[in-house]
Amino acid sequence: MLARATTHALVGIDARTVEVEAHLQRGAPAFAIVGLPDKACQEAKERVRSAVKSVELEWPRSRITVNLAPAGLKKEGSGFDLPIALAVLAATRQVPFERLDQHAALGELALDGRIRPVPGAIVAAEAARAAGLSRLLCAPESASEAALAGIDAIPVVHLGQAAAYLSGLVDVDPPPPSVSTPPLPQPDLEDVRGQERARRALELAAAGGHNILFGGPPGTGKTMLARRLPGILPALTQEQALEVTRIHSVAGILPARHGLVERPPFRAPHHTASTAAIVGGGPGPRPGEVTLAHHGVLLLDELGEFPRPALEALRQPLEDGSVAVARIAGRVTFPARFLLVGTMNLCPCGARGDPGLECACSTQRLAAYREKLSRALLDRFDLVVTVPRARAVEVAGKRGEASSAVAERVAAARERLDRGSPPLAPPASELLARAVDRVGLSARGHARVSRVAGTVAALAGAEAVAAEHMAEALSYRSPNELAVAA
Amino acid sequence: MTPRCLRRGRPGYPSALTELHDPPATLFVRGEQVEILAEPAVAIVGARSCSAYGAQVARSLACELAAAGLVVVSGLARGVDAEAHRGAIEGGGTTIAVLGCGIDRDYPARHAELARRIVGSGLIVSEYPPGVEPAPWRFPARNRLIAALARATVIVEARERSGALITADFALELGREVFAVPGEISSGLSAGTNNLIRQGAAPLLSADDVLDALGLVRRAPPAPVLSAGAAAVLELLRDAPAGVDELVVRTRCAAADVAAALVELELSGLASQADGIHRAVGTTIAA
Repeated sequence: MLARATTHALVGIDARTVEVEAHLQRGAPAFAIVGLPDKACQEAKERVRSAVKSVELEWPRSRITVNLAPAGLKKEGSGFDLPIALAVLAATRQVPFERLDQHAALGELALDGRIRPVPGAIVAAEAARAAGLSRLLCAPESASEAALAGIDAIPVVHLGQAAAYLSGLVDVDPPPPSVSTPPLPQPDLEDVRGQERARRALELAAAGGHNILFGGPPGTGKTMLARRLPGILPALTQEQALEVTRIHSVAGILPARHGLVERPPFRAPHHTASTAAIVGGGPGPRPGEVTLAHHGVLLLDELGEFPRPALEALRQPLEDGSVAVARIAGRVTFPARFLLVGTMNLCPCGARGDPGLECACSTQRLAAYREKLSRALLDRFDLVVTVPRARAVEVAGKRGEASSAVAERVAAARERLDRGSPPLAPPASELLARAVDRVGLSARGHARVSRVAGTVAALAGAEAVAAEHMAEALSYRSPNELAVAA
Repeated sequence: MTPRCLRRGRPGYPSALTELHDPPATLFVRGEQVEILAEPAVAIVGARSCSAYGAQVARSLACELAAAGLVVVSGLARGVDAEAHRGAIEGGGTTIAVLGCGIDRDYPARHAELARRIVGSGLIVSEYPPGVEPAPWRFPARNRLIAALARATVIVEARERSGALITADFALELGREVFAVPGEISSGLSAGTNNLIRQGAAPLLSADDVLDALGLVRRAPPAPVLSAGAAAVLELLRDAPAGVDELVVRTRCAAADVAAALVELELSGLASQADGIHRAVGTTIAA
């Protein structure tokens, strides 16, 4: 007796259709899974058998072979439990296989038959819909997410309910309409006193999508400022939201019963993170932090402490907005268009830039610290801002402007920039030419300053880039181009 | 390029060196304009690990003195020395670097590019033939050449037992002018220079002090036209160095306007910044 169920295997952040075939034959009772299952998938045997018995369905006393086709594709994870169980039940005529044929299934089984959510439900649901299926059996936690793909998600609590549903004995309520969970309270710019320069730079970064590097002694609020950047970014468009939801679902960081991710994501990996954790990798390969920050913000706190290979690996995603991960098992391209925020001290001991302290770093250590960031990477930061230690007069300053007010200006500027960057007025080009002469701005620096100047003008609501816009843009250039060398 | 050799007693050998009691028998020279060895020169030397203040004073002082026509002599070391060379080049003047190692070496190696720029309009000189390694005991010997080549020596920043003080001693022995740039009394980096002032060295308050002592007249650069915002910011910076946020509080202008004003000042050569702190450039104190 033979039966089939359909499920999906994750490849990168896409899903491929996998047919689960169960074949029962005479012989000593045995249970084999073939088709390149990984360890977690291989262990499905134990879970499936216990789950079937727990919900008082019959486990066939025969020789069972389960094949996961295409047999050449590696199958990872525990999401195959439910389709394997259903295929076996269909092969023993405990569920009608004509009806099973119209469903895709995805889920991990508990030993008592409960169905647990697995990562990537939305991606599997999309692939199921593309394959012409209209329904997906999945855990209730995954249902609202799967429903985003425009498929009927059937939330089933346990295997018995799934079998009863397929046999037409019970009806399952469709998932409640995806309530977009109220976004987590985000840190507000209101809490930041003073720091006018850094606040202004954040606003520019948000409006123009510029990467930003904060330098300064420890405790001057670099990280605090960086964490407030997502709060002033515009909400994601429907399309972006779906893309981000898909990525977060695959990575397993989407909260249970969560619908669409509507706010730009914020990721802040620790500096001990490996290169693979940052750009993606592993045998899978799996998306890294740059991909999880897609359409959002990636904060690299203490940039100088990250391993150099990890930093250099950022160059491709910063340039292309995507990252290609090649592994023996295959090559995957992940989207990775993010706003990069870096923070660093001005020297290893951290005293530089603090008027009250004397830096004790040797010149060699200082040079090594600064050389860790290659010129090529530093060039990717459009905005470089030094945050010196605030003096008493600034700390006592008034409470800052709220994020919502800043976000409004950012949204207006983005709208203007979408219609095209404002052109340079002659005085602005003149000033830029003078700057090239005076501080030896590189060709790339030239392009970068022009871009930032366009954002400044857009924020000001100007039709063209005036001299004062260009002058402000010039103040954010990279420390490498500063006339004063260490 | 093969270095040239200037032998003592032959034409071209700088007469200033003959005032030393042990002038080098041969002076090796890289660069074309050998005649600048005879021109009036000022030495600007100081600590290798200088502060932002020291770096900026060295640079703007060298820039102004070079623009006034003096040759700037220093030792190609990190910190004050390198800033002095850079400032002189920036001011469109000439500069001489005196090495404490073989003439073929660029020491320290990171200043190879700076050395190339120095040779473009100035000279690199050494009393050591090619191949001689840098060694600690050669640097004091090098300092006597710096002091001898210059009519006046300016110490920008020096700790209590800095090599720059040795240069000052040589200069005094030769009867040349010695200037020390005063610093904060709480800063260890200025302990040596402040002490020099107590011992009688002339405190350097502006580039004019050097020019006056050497009987030169400054060619006054035309005063740049500044916007109202930039002028206000410059006035505050003349009082004390400050970060942008402090200027925002004091001027009650937006951060964007202050940033624009600072860039305007920087491009006019009136301000500079290091580690987020902006300072007014120019040692001239309005009389």
